[in-house]
Amino acid sequence: MHHHLILRVVTKMLVGTIILFALYVQFHGDFSPGGGFQAGVIMSVAFILYGIVFGLSQAEVVFPPWLVHKTMALGVLIYGTTGVFSLLLGYDFLDYGAFSPDHPSHGQHWGIFAVELGVGITVTGVMVGIYYAFASRPPPMDDEDW
Amino acid sequence: MIETFINITLFAMQVLTALFIVRSKRLFSVVMLSGVFSLLTALFFVALDAVDVAFTEAAVGAGISTVLMLGTIALTARTQKKTAPTGYLPYLVVAVTGAALVYGTLDMPSFGDPMAPAHQHVAPEYLARSVTDIDVPNVVTAILASYRGYDTLGETAVVFTAGIGVLMLLSGLRRRRDEDDVKIVKNKAAKAKDRA
Repeated sequence: MHHHLILRVVTKMLVGTIILFALYVQFHGDFSPGGGFQAGVIMSVAFILYGIVFGLSQAEVVFPPWLVHKTMALGVLIYGTTGVFSLLLGYDFLDYGAFSPDHPSHGQHWGIFAVELGVGITVTGVMVGIYYAFASRPPPMDDEDW
Repeated sequence: MIETFINITLFAMQVLTALFIVRSKRLFSVVMLSGVFSLLTALFFVALDAVDVAFTEAAVGAGISTVLMLGTIALTARTQKKTAPTGYLPYLVVAVTGAALVYGTLDMPSFGDPMAPAHQHVAPEYLARSVTDIDVPNVVTAILASYRGYDTLGETAVVFTAGIGVLMLLSGLRRRRDEDDVKIVKNKAAKAKDRA
């Protein structure tokens, strides 16, 4: 899409804002709508938009496929580790009271923060990974082919 | 009053979009219209005060799904194949199924009924306890991440597994196709040698 000047300029302006919005949805999920799932999707949209407008090869420079694959597993690992951590401290699996025994609701805040982060990371990785898998197959298409 | 009007308008637009999807032969417009359908669904969820669900629907249904379906079109075909006329049997099946579904909804509690079983089971307890237990204003997040932490761990694992599955299917096929290409080239070269 090298001839779409407006698309390229608007994309450059939007990508940063989209990532910022994803981070807001991720870390403000306790107070406003949203959470890990939505934030992960919004975060991946930033990379997918970049890939659509500037080409897959450019997107793969920013977020290389090997890193995407690691990201997919890392989120589940963070989530699972949160549970194992509370287990090791003598609490139930995924009982966030373990993070702050004197103040259980603070522990809940930390626990929710950790598992939502895990969810967001996995969803980002999976969405970008699936997009890469689809987009890397066919030869690039002309605009008129649609 | 105004709420009923908004709901009916949104439903009418959804039905209209669905009819256009059925009528259209160009898959590009079908994909775009299904994105519109998702967006209308998200608006409907907003009207129902289910902002978390609306958020997800707008991001996943209207955003990611549309992009992935476009990717699929790029891999396969741009237009729908012509199908032979099938007579009236499909219409009959659709009509009977629709009638059965409408009949099924007659037993359901009426729209927005506060006495519905879904609002009487554990929901009041969550609403009452989450303030002291978890101290998070968004009860949806409290239920999703804390009370139902196991479920969410399972969901994350499902997303992970789905991603792995798609990656294995698509990248595996690509490798095989490359090998096939190499074979074809070699066969051609061998044949050319035989001729010479």
